[in-house]
Amino acid sequence: MKEQGRRDFMGMALGGFTALGGLGALYAMKRSWDPLPSVKAAGFTTIDLSAAQENVLNIEKWRGKPIFVLKKSADMKADDRDVVVGSDRFHVTIGLCTHLGCIPAYLPGEKIFRCACHGGEFDASGHEIFGPPPSPLEIPPFKLEGTTIVLGEEGPEFKKMKDAGLIA
Amino acid sequence: MAKFDENARPFSEKWLDERLGVVTLKKVLSTEYWIPKDINFLWAMGMVLAATFGLLLISGIFLLMYYKPDAALAFDSVNYTIMTEVGYGWLWRHIHGVGASIVFLIIYIHMFTGIYYGSYKKGREMIWISGMLLFVTFSAEAFSGYMLPWGQMSYWAGMVITNLFSGGSLEAYGLVEWIRGDYVPGDAFLTRFFMLHVLLLPLVIIGLIVLHFGTLRLPHVNNQKGEEIDFEEAAELYKAGKKKESKVIPFNPVFLSKDIFVMGVYFILFFYLVFYHFGFAMDPVNFDPADGLKTPPHIYPEWYFLWSYEILRPFNKDLGLIAFGIAQVALFFLPFIDRSPNVAPAHKRGLFNIWFWVLLVDMIVLTILGKLPPEGIYNDLGLVSAIVFLLLGPALFVITKMEKKI
Ligand code: HEM
Ligand code: FES
Repeated sequence: MKEQGRRDFMGMALGGFTALGGLGALYAMKRSWDPLPSVKAAGFTTIDLSAAQENVLNIEKWRGKPIFVLKKSADMKADDRDVVVGSDRFHVTIGLCTHLGCIPAYLPGEKIFRCACHGGEFDASGHEIFGPPPSPLEIPPFKLEGTTIVLGEEGPEFKKMKDAGLIA
Repeated sequence: MAKFDENARPFSEKWLDERLGVVTLKKVLSTEYWIPKDINFLWAMGMVLAATFGLLLISGIFLLMYYKPDAALAFDSVNYTIMTEVGYGWLWRHIHGVGASIVFLIIYIHMFTGIYYGSYKKGREMIWISGMLLFVTFSAEAFSGYMLPWGQMSYWAGMVITNLFSGGSLEAYGLVEWIRGDYVPGDAFLTRFFMLHVLLLPLVIIGLIVLHFGTLRLPHVNNQKGEEIDFEEAAELYKAGKKKESKVIPFNPVFLSKDIFVMGVYFILFFYLVFYHFGFAMDPVNFDPADGLKTPPHIYPEWYFLWSYEILRPFNKDLGLIAFGIAQVALFFLPFIDRSPNVAPAHKRGLFNIWFWVLLVDMIVLTILGKLPPEGIYNDLGLVSAIVFLLLGPALFVITKMEKKI
């Protein structure tokens, strides 16, 4: 009986310390899978908008992701998600389909984006109009500085869109 | 202390038996592991799979000698160094590529054989479950291997498949980035999938193969009629020399010699593919280096994932993910969904026979549609086939519940 009590105690003590060590090890493993600080600190991208041509899609790169920059032509509907520089309106989004992340292609004739992966479509303002994508193309954090746009920083125009729930 | 024969010659059978129990081991695992006579070549698929895994292992070890797990170097180390410089490097790569593709063909044949003959039932549930674990781990192994050449298909398959973990409206992008170790698949992603592919997953696979073999030992393999054999009685007959009357044969050497014959035929076909028809296992798109700013016009997985990929496609994002999730795990539960008391081949089981063929044809149709572009009529066909697949689960429950004991 006494023997049993001692064994149980030893068992529980061993089990407790093992569980503690195991949790510690799991945490270390989880942290090893985390993105590295150098990856997270991936800086900012500055794009000059003044050179853009109407209805021609430019693809830039920010944090490894493609960024769509499309200068809207007069016949394209204005949208609250447009980035406005003077009298020009720009569509600026992360160029990854909101379904599963392929890069949709821009069809200048139809003025829509079509994703080849599962057939999703977006209009020129980035709104989903067909297929599996559940939401519009996402707007990256941006800040306007004259005719250039800095990605990765939240400027007042971006914050306004964010508060209005227009980002994605 | 145990007794040791002073006169036993070192490393003779007796000497080893006294130290390791090899005679008992050999009996239990091979010469007195009984296999029913009433089976056919489909029962050789398991050993064919084991042999193919061996080939993947050997060819993989040689690929590993020159492969460089680095986003800047991987593509050239495979397509330039291994393919053009390393002596017979192309041979290992073609064996590895063809092996990874064909192993799934054999896995599917092996699975459908099990379903047809009811070999997942009554005492054989653990065989089925360990087999499904092997299927899932092999899928992860093939996917992680597909990342390694770091071509366009590697990159974009990596992008799409890791995005599945965002869970649709759950928007768990933190989890996706955690899995990748980056915002997009990059160097951290490649090196961790390299680790999974060459060490962790192969270790798990080897462990699971041992488990799978272990689950076979007590229930024994099924036979063409689903007959319940008294293995002890049949073994006595065999050992008494009445080999004709006995319903069983020993695994080694009798059954194994048949296995090896089937393997011989299989390897002729296999090496024919390796030398003359390896193209099907090498996607041309993957001969373009990974480019995060350009999606290939059509992306689709390797043929063996097409059926489950097609279940994802016709629905909206959330429904697609749910359907896909169900498809991934549904087959695990087969032994518990099938309520029928009969262990018998499908053609003796009435409605079950129809169910079996609908399942097989539906999976083939899904596979074909998965390769076609997501347009027009293909979308509708895809939707119908995906719904049929999802309904087959409940249908099996009802059909087998009604099935009368034979
Ligand atoms: C267990 C089954 C295995 C499967 C299904 C599998 C699957 C694959 C696939 C699909 C590829 C890409 C093929 C290609 O593009 O050439 C690949 C590449 C590779 N595998 Fe495996 N593999 C397996 C086992 C192993 C093992 C055990 C090792 C090493 C210990 C290994 C090492 C490699 C290496 C280094 C590559 C990259 C070279 C290349 O792409 O040709 N594999 N594997
Ligand atoms: S990733 Fe674009 S439709 Fe699926």
